Amino acid sequence: MHTFELITPASVTEAVKAQAGSPTAQQGAPVRFIAGGTNLVDFMKLNVETPRQLVDINRLGLDRVEALPGGGVKIGALARNTDVAQHELIKARYPVLSEAILSGATVQLRNLATTGGNLLQKTRCVYYRDTAFACNKRNPGSGCPAIEGHNRMLAVLGTSEHCIATNPSDQNVALTALEATVHVTGAKGERAIPIAEFYVLPGATPERETVLAPGDLITHVTIPALPDGAKSVYLKLRDRASYEFALASAAIVTQVSGGRISFARVAMGGVGTVPWRSHEAEKALLGKAATRENFRAAAEAALHGAKPQTQNGFKVELAKRCVTHALTLATKQA
Amino acid sequence: MAPIDEKDPQPLTSLERISRRVFLTRAGAAGVATATAAVAAPLSAQAQAPTAAAPTEAAAVPGAVPVTLKVNGSTHRVMVDPRATVLDTLRETLSLTGTKKGCDHGQCGACTVHLNGRRVNSCLLFATMHQNDEITTIEGIGTPEKLHPMQAAFVQEDGYQCGYCTSGQIMSAVALLKEPVGADDASVREALSGNICRCGAYPNIVAAVQAVRHMA
Ligand SMILES: Cc1cc2nc3c(=O)[nH]c(=O)nc-3n(C[C@H](O)[C@H](O)[C@H](O)COP(=O)(O)OP(=O)(O)OC[C@H]3O[C@@H](n4cnc5c(N)ncnc54)[C@H](O)[C@@H]3O)c2cc1C
Ligand code: SF4
Ligand code: FES
Ligand code: FES
Repeated sequence: MHTFELITPASVTEAVKAQAGSPTAQQGAPVRFIAGGTNLVDFMKLNVETPRQLVDINRLGLDRVEALPGGGVKIGALARNTDVAQHELIKARYPVLSEAILSGATVQLRNLATTGGNLLQKTRCVYYRDTAFACNKRNPGSGCPAIEGHNRMLAVLGTSEHCIATNPSDQNVALTALEATVHVTGAKGERAIPIAEFYVLPGATPERETVLAPGDLITHVTIPALPDGAKSVYLKLRDRASYEFALASAAIVTQVSGGRISFARVAMGGVGTVPWRSHEAEKALLGKAATRENFRAAAEAALHGAKPQTQNGFKVELAKRCVTHALTLATKQA
Repeated sequence: MAPIDEKDPQPLTSLERISRRVFLTRAGAAGVATATAAVAAPLSAQAQAPTAAAPTEAAAVPGAVPVTLKVNGSTHRVMVDPRATVLDTLRETLSLTGTKKGCDHGQCGACTVHLNGRRVNSCLLFATMHQNDEITTIEGIGTPEKLHPMQAAFVQEDGYQCGYCTSGQIMSAVALLKEPVGADDASVREALSGNICRCGAYPNIVAAVQAVRHMA
């Protein structure tokens, strides 16, 4: 690990200022915010991240979960994953978020991990983690050994010839289905970024993962109210029953009125280079009867255009079954 | 590396240890066979060399920073490398070796301690960031004469084989008693999935935890 200087700002303004001078907020940033540290410290030990300055944001507050007028919820960037998942408001209004968070990592990690840190967690691609290998995301232009190598865990949607790494988060899949907004304070003031615009596809610049610029501090996330009677579910399929990243997962929000689907949000994890929203599946569901055939048709639409790699072709069918079953679970409760 | 560390007659500061680790890593890259012979002499020489200053003296360690840690109710002022984790500081600076290092990457749970009453992986915490927090380690929950009920239950139920994961398991299990965990064994297994046991003592670990929960 490279050595670093730790700064502990007392205000959001100071924190933003501390990072604003960094040439980038993306891969290789020499100044980094540190929240729970469960992602950053891991990568610093691997020399994948080598910040010269760490800005400790744990003294800024920003850790509350609050109801918003109109039925939505505001979640502070420093709210710990455990506290969000166990919060009465989240369990009552957005079970999909509570379930997604609880399906990820472990109690010890969730006690440290924060909402903002989870939004920005890095891929688990084995080449990204190991500086002995080339990797376009870590070292732009060096190549992508995963395409010909170990890609069983990697993405089938949103890939490019430069990078096929998965966004590994569970939380972010639920936040995508819930159409959350990420609130940022940066050098030029405050911004509200819809989660659908927060992540960027790898394309030719996989080192750039989000629209964040130097100085941008995530302060909170807001989630709008769901339609009355909407149900939500998170289903995660993985190699073991606990403590493993998703091979495929689905976050579903549905409302069924008079036997027909009147509201549908479908997002997938484990298969996309970003948390994957499927408007195609939603379109296929809207107005249809809540039957297994219609769920399967939506799942087919969701994986339309999937591009399997040498080892992860199984994910295409697995993700379809995951979406189909999650839809069954979400509508059974209704 | 571990056996060499265990033999150290002198307490070393975390900086000295890190520099030795870096040295060993480089030597390892050059070839283990030659490295072992070449390294053995200078290493033991370094280990025997008088550690002139106590680890608490700033001048002894270039780049070290002062840190105040509250561990098991006592306050410790020490000098550590800014990169030192809570785990390394506990083990190497405070000689509280009950907390174990397994993976050093948040994957195994051997390093589990309580931070303000909640269980966390101490290998992922920079010591400098936790000066206002209450840290509790396995040494802080019971003594050989007066075991914590969870420690006693692990003995009673034989909840270990080699024992390496045990302090982490017990720290997790003690924290679990105050968490919203279902009554069944499956819920306990899920709640303890962050503590890996290479010996596979899981059935007895679950039995120990359930024994304590039934007592309550
Ligand atoms: C062994 C292991 C297993 C795991 N399994 C899972 C799993 O199954 N599912 C899952 O979803 N996750 C899993 N995780 C990942 C875990 O959820 C993340 O490590 C965690 O959410 C990161 O949060 P943090 O607060 O610790 O982030 P940090 O490590 O503190 O920060 C991560 C990044 O976010 C930046 N950052 C943090 N906060 C802000 C902010 N407010 N504004 C701007 N930038 C910020 C930091 O600069 C850094 O670049 C696992 C982790 C480990 C170690
Ligand atoms: S898939 Fe992306 S992260 Fe993995 S090696 Fe290729 S470029 Fe790097
Ligand atoms: S040593 Fe910390 S989790 Fe393995
Ligand atoms: S008792 Fe040996 S690792 Fe658990």
